[in-house]
Amino acid sequence: MSTTDVLLIGAGPAGLACAATILAHSDLSVVVLDAGHGPGGQYWRQPAPAAGPNALVPGELADLHHDQTTFAELLQEVQRGRAEGRLELRSEQHVWSLVPVGDGYAAHTVDRAGGPSRTAGSTTRARAVLVATGAYDRALPFPGWDLPGVMTVGGLQALLKAGGVAAGRRVAIGGTGPFLLPVAAGLARRGSTVVGVYEANRPTLWLREARAVARNPAKLGEGAGYAGTLIRHRVPVRTGRMIVAAHGTDRVEAVTVARLDRAGRPVVGSEHRLAVDAVGVGWGFTPQLDLAVTLGVDRRPDVAGTEVVAVDDLQRTSRPGVYAAGEVCGVGGAALAVAEGTLAGAAIVADLGRGAAPESLVRQGRRSVDRLRGFADAILRAHPVPAGWADRLEPQTVVCRCEEVSYAAVRAAIDERGAGDARQVKQLTRTGMGWCQGRVCGYAAGLLTCGAPGPAVERLVSAPVPLGALADAAAGSDD
Amino acid sequence: MTRAVIVGAGIVGAACAEALTRHGVDVVVVDRNPVGSGTTSRGEGNILVSDKGPGAELALAQLSRRAWLEVGDLLGRERIELEEKGGVVVARTGAGLDSLHAFAEGQRAAGVTALDVADPLALEPHLAPDIPGAVHYPEDMQVQPVLAAAELLAAAVDRGATFRGGLDAHAAVTDSDGSVSGIRAASGEVLEADVVINAAGTWGGEVSERLGAPVPVLPRRGFILVTEPLPPLVRHKVYSADYVDNVGSSDAGLETSCVVEGTRRGTILIGASRERVGFDTSLSVTVVETLARQAVTIFPFLARVNLLRVYRGFRPYCPDHLPVIGPDPRAPGVIHACGHEGAGIGLAAGTARLVSDYVTGGLTATTAGEWAALLPDRFAGLNKEARQQA
Ligand SMILES: Cc1cc2nc3c(=O)[nH]c(=O)nc-3n(C[C@H](O)[C@H](O)[C@H](O)COP(=O)(O)OP(=O)(O)OC[C@H]3O[C@@H](n4cnc5c(N)ncnc54)[C@H](O)[C@@H]3O)c2cc1C
Ligand SMILES: Cc1cc2nc3c(=O)[nH]c(=O)nc-3n(C[C@H](O)[C@H](O)[C@H](O)COP(=O)(O)OP(=O)(O)OC[C@H]3O[C@@H](n4cnc5c(N)ncnc54)[C@H](O)[C@@H]3O)c2cc1C
Repeated sequence: MSTTDVLLIGAGPAGLACAATILAHSDLSVVVLDAGHGPGGQYWRQPAPAAGPNALVPGELADLHHDQTTFAELLQEVQRGRAEGRLELRSEQHVWSLVPVGDGYAAHTVDRAGGPSRTAGSTTRARAVLVATGAYDRALPFPGWDLPGVMTVGGLQALLKAGGVAAGRRVAIGGTGPFLLPVAAGLARRGSTVVGVYEANRPTLWLREARAVARNPAKLGEGAGYAGTLIRHRVPVRTGRMIVAAHGTDRVEAVTVARLDRAGRPVVGSEHRLAVDAVGVGWGFTPQLDLAVTLGVDRRPDVAGTEVVAVDDLQRTSRPGVYAAGEVCGVGGAALAVAEGTLAGAAIVADLGRGAAPESLVRQGRRSVDRLRGFADAILRAHPVPAGWADRLEPQTVVCRCEEVSYAAVRAAIDERGAGDARQVKQLTRTGMGWCQGRVCGYAAGLLTCGAPGPAVERLVSAPVPLGALADAAAGSDD
Repeated sequence: MTRAVIVGAGIVGAACAEALTRHGVDVVVVDRNPVGSGTTSRGEGNILVSDKGPGAELALAQLSRRAWLEVGDLLGRERIELEEKGGVVVARTGAGLDSLHAFAEGQRAAGVTALDVADPLALEPHLAPDIPGAVHYPEDMQVQPVLAAAELLAAAVDRGATFRGGLDAHAAVTDSDGSVSGIRAASGEVLEADVVINAAGTWGGEVSERLGAPVPVLPRRGFILVTEPLPPLVRHKVYSADYVDNVGSSDAGLETSCVVEGTRRGTILIGASRERVGFDTSLSVTVVETLARQAVTIFPFLARVNLLRVYRGFRPYCPDHLPVIGPDPRAPGVIHACGHEGAGIGLAAGTARLVSDYVTGGLTATTAGEWAALLPDRFAGLNKEARQQA
């Protein structure tokens, strides 16, 4: 077991910004735990060491890792903290539980570095803890979505960022939201033919959000950059369209795209089929709340009804000593995560009475958070899941892939047994009881039952842990 | 026609609804939540005789086992995943084996089939090789509790019962003579009834107070571990013998003695801890680690298997660890059916038999015979004290 002043869970933009702030403005000791291969999170994802010596070095992927300056600055700060012995960054450490102990918290971790057979557990205690565990991308079932070659856009992007490889030569991208564009652009730059980006919503929705957009010219610039790339590579971006089916025998060979009417329902007769060898679909992101929910911190619904951690204006949660920043407080991009991480750092040094961040830093951070959160809300409002997303599901379409539960079985639970929420569907059909613990199918189950994502699911164990590692820990505590 | 309002659509309330509609009773089941979403969705589906020593609870378990088999034939065993799987209790030490044998002897006298197993590995090939001995209980069964509750309720609804979800039973409607003639919902709506059945499980204490007939029902927390899916490696329900001692204990501290079993989908369930910590929902890492360690001791192969999920529930228990089943003399019209602790799934079908006998007049407090030990009047004077303890 190790002890530190502050424990940061997640080394993405939010966690790193928090670490840098604490190091710069206090003498507190910091431990950062992250499940990934290196610091950076989703945004500045590092290639896996397993990718071997031929993998691209991060520099060559610069176009995929935006805002390298910020990353470099944060990393420099982190390196300095390490050199001074004040900060420890532990990668490949997956926190499976975070529990209150005495006047602080204990994180129980599995070590993924040794490979599956050599997993060990460890415990880190701290007085203050930041939950900066990010978000994971959302999938919705459609006929053929379980074929090899069909992925989430996040999965496509992760392949690119981690290994520099494209998932296919002819790729269709579908779903909704601004993150479809950078993924399409990244694929196009790596030589894939992106046959189309099918954005379910229509840009007219943006007009209503003009204010938030106007306050965020940088974001527009980012979007324009991708648009430029897409135009250069002749990637068609079609709005009001949805991928309604994937076809193939051993892997995906084609998709069917349909036009959506004003109400968001696929129009009969509007379908056309395209040959592809990979598909990426994304319907936004779900905050990774497992640790926060188990700790029992207050949550609030975002503008689209997804539960996120509720925080005050300095990222304090309802539990003393627990802070949250980044996507767990609402999906909103890397710049917002950095701003929130900075504020959380300022709050932690102040609350532990071990320093003070400059007023100006806090003021500036708060202004950024307000502005960027407004922008994020605008994006969420402009990119709802279309009402007719489930119209083309077939009875045999698999909803829960781990447990192989069909749409027909889920419908029966709802229509014949009155299941009114995702939990009840799970109890009656096993949807969400498998390996992914509902991270893939839970969103769909929520929408099918009550038309909304529903409350965050409680997962007392936030990552798989070998029983042997737990048994060893029990043996250890007896000594 | 007799009209019954059942408060609680857990396994007990659903089983009562099914049994009562069989006898032509007009039934309304109310629950503030969906069917089976309370403690019924938080446990395992063991229907056991193996863990009970001679007495009223064992008698109820034996009645209930027969009743479950009938329910299985009625609803379709497959639909509710009712399986006559059998249990194996393994001793971990020589001394443990002696007390296990003595315990089994007493059970045999009460009519339980308990077979001494000389070679445990022949029954369960992946057991630790140093297990000194075991007892096989072929009568132990299992069921999927939420499916069973949903199907029982659906069967009752098919026979004319009504289910009112999202309805909180707020208070009793009491006549001038003190008898209860219905319930009032939190919304103010009144449901009239000749009998009100308190099947509110862990919240049975609260509901009993609202009905003017308080019985002490307290929460006892339990955690269950679920692994990743595997090919079938565990054939029976396998318990370590110390389970037998834990069940009857009222020690407030943590007790774990593991029960390992494979499910149809290949996951392995490892249960269950017992702690009296009120409704504390936090995760106890110590419990998880202790259960893991015990499971690995019995089945060494589990060391390499991933834990995927932990879930938790609060068993409804009475201070004497017996359920409370029967009419309450303080509030005529009220029948309790709660406080089944860690055996409410197993005991539900038998409980429903007793309740329907009390409603239809086949059984009364004075003719209760062996079931008298379960009547609520055993708590006279005890209520306050028990509530203070909680
Ligand atoms: C496909 C895609 C494209 C995107 N494109 C853009 C873009 O163009 N512009 C933009 O601004 N943003 C973009 N984003 C979003 C951006 O990546 C996020 O906003 C940002 O990374 C959020 O930072 P964070 O620190 O909150 O979380 P993350 O970056 O997700 O970091 C969370 C970290 O926590 C770790 N973690 C989680 N749980 C645990 C645990 N239990 N134990 C240990 N570690 C844990 C994870 O391993 C991860 O490293 C994109 C995201 C995706 C997926
Ligand atoms: C970890 C664990 C493992 C277990 N393993 C087993 C096992 O293997 N075998 C076994 O037999 N038992 C087991 N049990 C015990 C079993 O789960 C319970 O005894 C059983 O579920 C109780 O059922 P019930 O119908 O009485 O209660 P519940 O299922 O809790 O139903 C009570 C219902 O009443 C409703 N309610 C409460 N108050 C009100 C109100 N005021 N108005 C309206 N509705 C109300 C609730 O919403 C709830 O749905 C286990 C329990 C736990 C926690």
